Amino acid sequence: MTKILVTVKRIPDPDENLKFANGGLDLSSVKWVPNAFDEYAVETALRLAEDVGSKKTKHAEIIVLSICPAKQRQHMTQFLAMGGDRGVIVDANDADYDTAAIAKMIAKVAQDEGVDMVITGKLSQDNEGNQVGQRVAALLGWPQACFAAEVDWDQGSNSLKVAREVDDGVETKQVPLPALVTVDLRVVLPTSVRNGINPADHKFTDGPRLASLRGITMAKRKKVKTVTPADLGVESAGGEKTTTINKPAARAAGQMVGSVEELVEKLATEAKVL
Amino acid sequence: MFNPTISEEQSQLLETARKFAVERIIPVAHEYDETEKFPTELFREAWELGLMNVELPEAYGGLGLSTLDGCLIAEELGYGCAGIETSIMCNHLGALPLMVGGSEEQKDKWLGRLSEDFEFISYACSEPDAGSDVAGMKAKLTKKEGGGWILNGQKRWITNASHAGIYTGFATIDPALKHKGITAFVVDRNAKGVSVGKKEKKLGQRASDTADVLFEDVEIPDEQILGEPGKGFYIAMEVFDKSRPMIGACAAGLIRRCLDESCKYALERKTFGVPIGNHQAIQMILADMAISYEASRLMYMKAAWEVDAGKKRTLTSSLAKCFSADAAVKAATDAVQVFGGYGYTREYPVEKLYRDAKLLQIYEGTSQVQRMVIARGLLRGA
Ligand SMILES: Cc1cc2nc3c(=O)[nH]c(=O)nc-3n(C[C@H](O)[C@H](O)[C@H](O)COP(=O)(O)OP(=O)(O)OC[C@H]3O[C@@H](n4cnc5c(N)ncnc54)[C@H](O)[C@@H]3O)c2cc1C
Repeated sequence: MTKILVTVKRIPDPDENLKFANGGLDLSSVKWVPNAFDEYAVETALRLAEDVGSKKTKHAEIIVLSICPAKQRQHMTQFLAMGGDRGVIVDANDADYDTAAIAKMIAKVAQDEGVDMVITGKLSQDNEGNQVGQRVAALLGWPQACFAAEVDWDQGSNSLKVAREVDDGVETKQVPLPALVTVDLRVVLPTSVRNGINPADHKFTDGPRLASLRGITMAKRKKVKTVTPADLGVESAGGEKTTTINKPAARAAGQMVGSVEELVEKLATEAKVL
Repeated sequence: MFNPTISEEQSQLLETARKFAVERIIPVAHEYDETEKFPTELFREAWELGLMNVELPEAYGGLGLSTLDGCLIAEELGYGCAGIETSIMCNHLGALPLMVGGSEEQKDKWLGRLSEDFEFISYACSEPDAGSDVAGMKAKLTKKEGGGWILNGQKRWITNASHAGIYTGFATIDPALKHKGITAFVVDRNAKGVSVGKKEKKLGQRASDTADVLFEDVEIPDEQILGEPGKGFYIAMEVFDKSRPMIGACAAGLIRRCLDESCKYALERKTFGVPIGNHQAIQMILADMAISYEASRLMYMKAAWEVDAGKKRTLTSSLAKCFSADAAVKAATDAVQVFGGYGYTREYPVEKLYRDAKLLQIYEGTSQVQRMVIARGLLRGA
């Protein structure tokens, strides 16, 4: 059966305020949540694997991979509850590794598991690096299709047709499998993912699916393998270092203007936007 | 030991319930309130996610979650819309007579249907002239020569009646026996002689369906009698012991919604140059809401814990149901007050909370009946 590897990451809740301490972020009390683009990646994989006519048949095995401290794997459980088949955890504090090192670990897992597709989020909302997917494809020597808005799996020709979000529109390209896809927001619209088996006009529920209660109670019975970076041949955290993180400058107070004339005047002379 | 902390798995179950409430229920709740239509597709989604029938035992295809789990989920759904919560959780109420009084074969046959297919089961106890006075019901089971029964009667205010495929209900074998004549039964909606009467037009909880159920010469074979004839009253009372904590949970969710909406508005709305949240009179209202939320939550959690622990729980169930229903009505009244004139209009969410809350004091035993139960329990020991 086709195997799909989906990478997932936990990040500090983007809806909460961050604390700063000693020239960096103080993450000691943050609430960890799954990266939203990784939820889209898992949803994409589930839709590719799913046969909506018969819930029991599946067209791919979905392996969820996260590099995180093994004890802090709630996000992994959530993705298994959504429908991932099994998990792999690389037991490490991912913040200590640069993207090159992270990409090496992912590529090695992809090889060891013999997967046909790797699906990642286009970026993680905390660092907004947008590097991991591309690096993994390069390490594997696979074709890549980044910023996917639509994915069409042609099982006959064993290839993916991917509509990509590009600056001035949408570019569609076809990649033979094995391949890597990074997904963007619109991939979770109701008809964005097709697998050639479900009716082409089948509408999935908008957005990443909620984990069903049965999925949640079953998740703890699913297999999760734990490995270390060293098991994957990654000995060094990489060369990249974060030197400091500064708070964004506080926003200056607004001004009240008395009239339209004054507003136009200020926009022209002070703000210099006219 | 009662321990009001949430396990990791419970917090994941709640996450699904919370997201369902916020992403699926809240955006459409207003529309279904206005139109009084029944959101069947939303309920189907709830069924698929496992939010319906949460306590259905594993042996019958359910998840076998605890009453505490069910209540925690009910709180989240109640936060979204009490009417939608009522209809989703009604399947629990409807299934309880089977869980409490049914034989293995009966459970297998009727409860199995709930996990196999998206289907509603309603609880048909109240009658036009017998709500609080359960023992005064008139629906009649007449014994047939050679076995089986004939059922005649009318049930009123039955939640989800128009959409249910199964009814569990109660009728008397002899009105002179009073509560010792009450008998529990289960019947298919499609059985000959079963029909649904008029759908009520309601003050609140309008997404939920409420209608009459009519039984005219309905054949009830012995296999559809739950427990022994004449023992139905005890089944009904045990059902209420187990279902009332969930009303408390729904009330807690509604209070939390009042609190969230009121706090948000208190920071936005300005009078006399400051946000109304700066006025001490508003602050006191918000503080009282927070107090009643916390107390309601702890009370339903304790009552649910007692159910799960198999303890005697009539008292705690009634305490929780009564306190939180009253507290929800107070919180919703105050939420309208915080919103002022806007609160009285249908453009803002709080007038709906106000209308929805009122039912919590009426169904599954009015607040007066709860106090009677509580007082009786107190004095029995005296
Ligand atoms: C929307 C809705 C949904 C419902 N869903 C269901 C359902 O699914 N299944 C079902 O079986 N029933 C259902 N009911 C019925 C509900 O349980 C009854 O309405 C309730 O038990 C009260 O009965 P009643 O309406 O006959 O009021 P009454 O019993 O007539 O009471 C009228 C008033 O008198 C008070 N009172 C009555 N007796 C006493 C007393 N001894 N001492 C002091 N005060 C007393 C009551 O508290 C109340 O204030 C539902 C009702 C509504 C409105």
